[in-house]
Amino acid sequence: MIARMLAIAGAEFRIARRNRWALTAAVLMLLFALALTFAGSAPTGTLGVDLLTVSVASMTTLAVYLTPLLALLLSFDAVAGERERGSLALLLSYRLTRGELLAGKLAAHLAVLALAMAAGFGAAGLAAAAAGGAGPESLAALLRLIGSSVLLGATFLALGYAVSALAGSTAGSAGMAVGIWLVLVVLYDLGLLGAVGADDGGFFTQTLFPWLLALNPADAFRLWNVAGSGQVALASGMTGAAGALPGGAPLASLLLWPVAAFALARLAVSRTAP
Amino acid sequence: MDSALSVSAVSKAYGPRRVLHEVSLEVRAGERVALLGHNGAGKTTLMKLALGLVPADSGSISVGGAAAGSAAAREAAAYLPEALAFHPALTGREQLGLFARLAGVSRAVVPGLLDRVGLGDAADRRIGTWSKGMRQRLGLAQMLLGRPALALLDEPTSGLDPVSRYELYAIVDEMAGQGTAVLVASHALTELEARTDRIAILREGRMVACDALARLRDEAGLPVRLRVTARGERAADLQARIGGARLNGASVEILCPPSQKMARLAEIAGLGGLVADLDVAQPSLEDIYRHYSGGASP
Repeated sequence: MIARMLAIAGAEFRIARRNRWALTAAVLMLLFALALTFAGSAPTGTLGVDLLTVSVASMTTLAVYLTPLLALLLSFDAVAGERERGSLALLLSYRLTRGELLAGKLAAHLAVLALAMAAGFGAAGLAAAAAGGAGPESLAALLRLIGSSVLLGATFLALGYAVSALAGSTAGSAGMAVGIWLVLVVLYDLGLLGAVGADDGGFFTQTLFPWLLALNPADAFRLWNVAGSGQVALASGMTGAAGALPGGAPLASLLLWPVAAFALARLAVSRTAP
Repeated sequence: MDSALSVSAVSKAYGPRRVLHEVSLEVRAGERVALLGHNGAGKTTLMKLALGLVPADSGSISVGGAAAGSAAAREAAAYLPEALAFHPALTGREQLGLFARLAGVSRAVVPGLLDRVGLGDAADRRIGTWSKGMRQRLGLAQMLLGRPALALLDEPTSGLDPVSRYELYAIVDEMAGQGTAVLVASHALTELEARTDRIAILREGRMVACDALARLRDEAGLPVRLRVTARGERAADLQARIGGARLNGASVEILCPPSQKMARLAEIAGLGGLVADLDVAQPSLEDIYRHYSGGASP
């Protein structure tokens, strides 16, 4: 079972490398992270934190948008593409199970994302540390950012597999993936923002809002990175919501989402006729 | 003889659309069976059921003695899907290596198999640069991994040039020679005629015929076609004597039941100098297929 999964993972990783996917993702991460770090270096003096802290705060905001997008781009044709090529039926005619196929693809795509995150954020972090100093706390924040980005990526990879299995074609799957990104990363926050504005500091804002934030994987990612470091919270100006929740809630959300999303993908792919 | 594929009374519907109805079929080791039918007759569905890719609504299928879809049945079957493509970024060697690992076969066999299907030189080029015939040969190569008891080929020659077709059937024959049971779904009737031991015909999800070509021919009782060419300009004269239809200025065609064939031949031979030439055509597989599948050509 492990051998078949690794066989799929090896082929997928090779494909990602050959399509320059891994390289593109890493370079994209690095460029954005560097630009944000040095363009956003103004508040260091006023807030009294080192440059790496500011850098991590900026990169957290960046990762919320970019990580789900990269993950969905990697995964949206994972099942639909195989079905269109006719190779899904062939692969499954071997002893490979649908779960092994998904797990193999996830392992490869997650490795690509992790490498991109580590390279991009790591390099930008090192540059920030060299230019403006770093401490044990900001270094820990950087590692937390990389680790939680991988978890966020795993969630959206699995969601991508799910839409890929449910959609009738790769084009349909791409459309659904864009929809998922828009809803979870952009519209969800806008909706909450509107509700908070209308509520004017009442029950919704005080009690419900932080939980609704933690329920969304992208917001949980933001919350956990902010809650993990008081300085990052200071630099990102996002202290209120994080303080209103039990400390473990955003982390639990970050850890549960990949599992739930993979289960959803597994269910979706078991219902597709190859 | 042992049955490599045994399908008994299998039915399958996709929603309200009934695709297969009480279909039964046996394919024994080393036997080559052609599966014919219009588009949508259920050929591909039957193969997917045998591979355990989709479950049957009723009936049972076993492959190499194991229930379809079980680990043993999957290991016993090899499959070449219709219009198969591979990921364009992988090379042939990498793609076949992946299949070898999935089959649990040593990757040491990969170079030999690539040579066997004539892809030795292209092995390290990306599949995206290959022709359709080359991709189909790679599909064949993966069937040769691990000596399957059953080989299922879905429209294997569509879009291939005659040489590639010939090579493909040579490999299929070789597999059958080694004891693999072969089931080929195809529209290319003329090329199947000489290459199969039995013909199975699906019509709207029902198995309407399944036998050796000669026996199907007898059973169908289709007329034999006699084409008689007149000597000189005497075709009209010839038609007046033996009946039939004028084909052109010089020939007359008669259709006669198989039972009257010899009598008619004797009659024509008796015409002496009036006849320049005579052709006898048995009903072709295409005629037989049309007879059993009810009308239009495939």
